[in-house]
Amino acid sequence: MILAKVVGTVVTTISHPDYKNRRLLVVQPLGLEDEAPDTDFIALDNTHAGIGDTVLINREGNGARQVLQNPNACVISVIVGIVDSVYLEE
Amino acid sequence: MLIAKVIGTTVATIKDEKLAGRKLLIVRPTDEFGNPSGKPYVAIDTVDAGIGDLVLTCAGSSARQTTLTKDTPVDAVIMAIIDTLEVEGQITFQKAP
Amino acid sequence: MLLGIVKGNAVCTIKYPGTQGLKLLVVQPVNKYLQPLGGLQVAADIVHAGEGDLCVMVRAREAALALPDEKFVPIDLALVGIVDELEVKSDEFFNLTLQRGWNPYA
Repeated sequence: MILAKVVGTVVTTISHPDYKNRRLLVVQPLGLEDEAPDTDFIALDNTHAGIGDTVLINREGNGARQVLQNPNACVISVIVGIVDSVYLEE
Repeated sequence: MLIAKVIGTTVATIKDEKLAGRKLLIVRPTDEFGNPSGKPYVAIDTVDAGIGDLVLTCAGSSARQTTLTKDTPVDAVIMAIIDTLEVEGQITFQKAP
Repeated sequence: MLLGIVKGNAVCTIKYPGTQGLKLLVVQPVNKYLQPLGGLQVAADIVHAGEGDLCVMVRAREAALALPDEKFVPIDLALVGIVDELEVKSDEFFNLTLQRGWNPYA
């Protein structure tokens, strides 16, 4: 799972049935200071997150299918939590 | 899927037994005109492609979703031979007849 | 999942069995500012997208799962949605680095 910031929203009228009834959000992965930032991607929202929220994203198909309770869902990235705070030791 | 050109073949005597009888082609990613643009890799052929053909390759776990490559240690397959590529209204590639 | 812009189409007579009916489109993967990410790729279309459409795409085995009928096919990129509206706030509004110690977000 990765930490990311919600930076945008995507509106689709025509989409695959697995994507209906949930919002698609544009997310930007967070990185450490000395790291080059990862590229942004699209994630399906399962937590009612909004722009500006820091979120926890499951970026793997099997986990996504469990979250969505659909054994054939064609979804990879799902937002599974809204992060309140992060503590980093090193 | 990536657009790639078949540039060679691989012969391997000692290999995983599940790879026995599989055609291992060397392909190189290309742009929409068929000009090489990346590093070559080896892909299993499922459509009887030959050297010089522009093909589509499928990578990752999807590559194991063919009857030839199911449950085999494969991460790239050739799944189509390109006849025509049309980009922004222009035909950028046409297979030689 | 990622964004892509439809650039054209790929015609293939010889295809892996089970993918014959699929429409294959040439797409340019893009980032949130619609800047190109890498070269052109080919995606299976299930939403009847046309040239110039901005689409949501899914990679890997999930692309094959997006297909309506046969799901055991070698497809690793599929279009799953046509974008009507994309709203993106610029990175400068956000702190995207994880600092040592506590990072409060609430």
